[in-house]
Amino acid sequence: MIEFSLDTGSGVSPYLQVVHQVRRALRLGLLVEGDQLPTVKDVVASLAINPNTVLKAYRELERDGLVAARPGVGTFVTRTLADSSLAAHEPLRRDLVRWLTKARTAGLDEESIEALFESTFRSVNEDIA
Amino acid sequence: MTTVVAASGLGKQYRRRWALRDCTLEIPAGHVTGLVGPNGAGKTTLLSLAVGLLSPTVGTIEVCGGSPAADAAQLAKVGFVAQDTPTYAGLSVADHLRLGAHLNPRWDDAAAHRRIDRLGLDPGQKAGRLSGGQRAQLALTLGLAKRPELLVLDEPVASLDPLARREFLQVLMEAVAEEEISVLLSSHVVSDLERVCDHVVVLVDSQVRVAGDVEELLATHHRLSGPRREPGTLPADQHVVRASHTDRQSTYVVRTEAAVLDPAWSVTSLGLEDLVLAYMEGAGSPTPAGSALEVIQ
Amino acid sequence: MIWLTWRQLRLGLVATCVLVTAACVWLATTGPALARLAHRNTDVYDLLTDTHRLLFNGGIAALAVLPAVLGIFWGAPLVARELETGTYRLAWSQSVTRSRWLASKLGLTVLAGAAVTAVLATAVTWWAAPIDGAQGGQQGSLPSRMTPIAFGMRGVVPIGYAIFALVLGTFVGLVVRRSVAAMAITLAVYVFIQIAVPMWVRPHLVAPVSITETISESTIDGITAEAGGPFNITLQTPDSRDWAITNQTIDADGNATDLPAWFADCLPPPPGAEGRDSQGTVQAHPSTGTLDACLTRLDAEGYRQRLVYHPLSHFWRLQWAETALYLTASGLLAGLSFWWLRRRLS
Repeated sequence: MIEFSLDTGSGVSPYLQVVHQVRRALRLGLLVEGDQLPTVKDVVASLAINPNTVLKAYRELERDGLVAARPGVGTFVTRTLADSSLAAHEPLRRDLVRWLTKARTAGLDEESIEALFESTFRSVNEDIA
Repeated sequence: MTTVVAASGLGKQYRRRWALRDCTLEIPAGHVTGLVGPNGAGKTTLLSLAVGLLSPTVGTIEVCGGSPAADAAQLAKVGFVAQDTPTYAGLSVADHLRLGAHLNPRWDDAAAHRRIDRLGLDPGQKAGRLSGGQRAQLALTLGLAKRPELLVLDEPVASLDPLARREFLQVLMEAVAEEEISVLLSSHVVSDLERVCDHVVVLVDSQVRVAGDVEELLATHHRLSGPRREPGTLPADQHVVRASHTDRQSTYVVRTEAAVLDPAWSVTSLGLEDLVLAYMEGAGSPTPAGSALEVIQ
Repeated sequence: MIWLTWRQLRLGLVATCVLVTAACVWLATTGPALARLAHRNTDVYDLLTDTHRLLFNGGIAALAVLPAVLGIFWGAPLVARELETGTYRLAWSQSVTRSRWLASKLGLTVLAGAAVTAVLATAVTWWAAPIDGAQGGQQGSLPSRMTPIAFGMRGVVPIGYAIFALVLGTFVGLVVRRSVAAMAITLAVYVFIQIAVPMWVRPHLVAPVSITETISESTIDGITAEAGGPFNITLQTPDSRDWAITNQTIDADGNATDLPAWFADCLPPPPGAEGRDSQGTVQAHPSTGTLDACLTRLDAEGYRQRLVYHPLSHFWRLQWAETALYLTASGLLAGLSFWWLRRRLS
């Protein structure tokens, strides 16, 4: 059983933190198929966060096909991310390296690159949403 | 979705001063709603009106579908943990539970005792001898064991040390997870609320400035900073919450549904604390009536 | 709610019960002997021991004090304490309405207070019955049960006082919201009422008896005068234990009047005194005759004495009337309290 923690100062919303922590656990093999995630009640009792936060996180994980809720029993892992490691996305990574090199050549420093990436990332996400 | 508190034009006047004015809001059921604002903003007044300890000077308020403290049935629907968690100093912990059992029809005695055991409270101890954190837990147990639809808490953790504070919120959140209970709690410390609330009402100077779902509010408020500009030059759909200027630079906190496309701005998002602060510091006028009263469902 | 009220009342009630029980025991031990004593002898006052007299006056004092104590220590803090300490916020957010809360607190406390007072009043009344108004030969007498001092400490009125004091205390506490201030105000108001009622109200609760008597040596109770002032005659009431309200000399037309100027010179000097005594009489004059002659002349000139009094037989009628008065006042105050609770405490 994994244990969650919350970083209130990080600026990342609590439910996303939970999602990320589950995904990380899956990737690292701390959680494998068939494992049960902590119940909402237990998470909330240890972290003192809103139950809806945990529910939202678990629902998103369920939407991504990583976990499945069994009513009356709990939420269980259905798929690991071990094989969705970065290695599987090698082409994307190479594209990214190329883009970064281009940005550098264009004279952008680190912060400019981050700012450009962030604003584009956000606007693209909003378009999708 | 049902509303658990519905206020319309609610106001409360003490002699000359209006402790609460023009309060119109709807708080949805099934959420943990935080009422946040500086001291003296009217939080205790609003909560007291909701539980029937005060009656309005103007306007109306409806809680769980009924008028506050109208009768025993209504009182049973709402639990209250008052500021500084008052308890009878001469009565023991067990006596308080007996008090609850005698005075509440829906009292869950087994659950109350279970909670007391888990918290490690000595049933024979007089309430006057308990520490602040223990008294707060006792008051919380009393509020929860009566099985209300809505639990109202007035600054429950304000005077508690960090550990007691955390333990209190843990117990509260566990109860919310277990039971179908709505919670309305007030605090002037926003970081307390950030973890536990998914809905927030900001009260400044006796008026509601903004209310809504936390995620929704965080998504629609942005901090814009860039070269100096007057507020009038901003698009109409961007409501200015707070503005500050230097001779070269302007920083605005705006609320808008749409994306901010102007490339001149550097756009950052706000945490809940910053958002609340922006409203507290914001220029006198509250946000236009329409957006302040939205029920984000 | 009854459980909670009981729990909060417990300590005070037990303490009061212990004291009252102790008092009753002490009275019970001396009571029968006293009754036997009274049976034997009409001049029983001289036979009373110091203990008896102590108990008699103590009984009066205890019954005078008990309602006030209840009003101050049970009544005033009843609501004020909760308002002061903020515990009302706990009480009013349980599933009982404010009115039910007050009704329970007030009702049970009044019941307990009335019961305790009833016990003590019964004990004292029973104990003092043989000797109320006992006359001594030369030594003195005990106040009769009709006199204002003793009347309030016999029979049923103490119960009325206790109920009133409790409701008064509760109401004051409700309005003032501070225990200590409420206690002080309750005491002040209660004392005022306890002085005002016997003086101005009690005489009129039941129609007194009014008679016109001739002034003669056999009927005279006393002749008094203030320094340099006119003389005053008081007559005895038919029974020494009656309560005289008005003892006024009237002239032939029935109007109240002072005694005529010649009367002062007529009187023989008071026995055994020359010049000054405690009332500052006038100098001894060469008198013309005896007291009897003066009084006969007074009678011939048409002077009579009007006596308005409550005879001993009025005792119980006055008791019930006054109790009813206090109970009515209590009811009004209670109603006011509920109104205040609902309307003004929001």
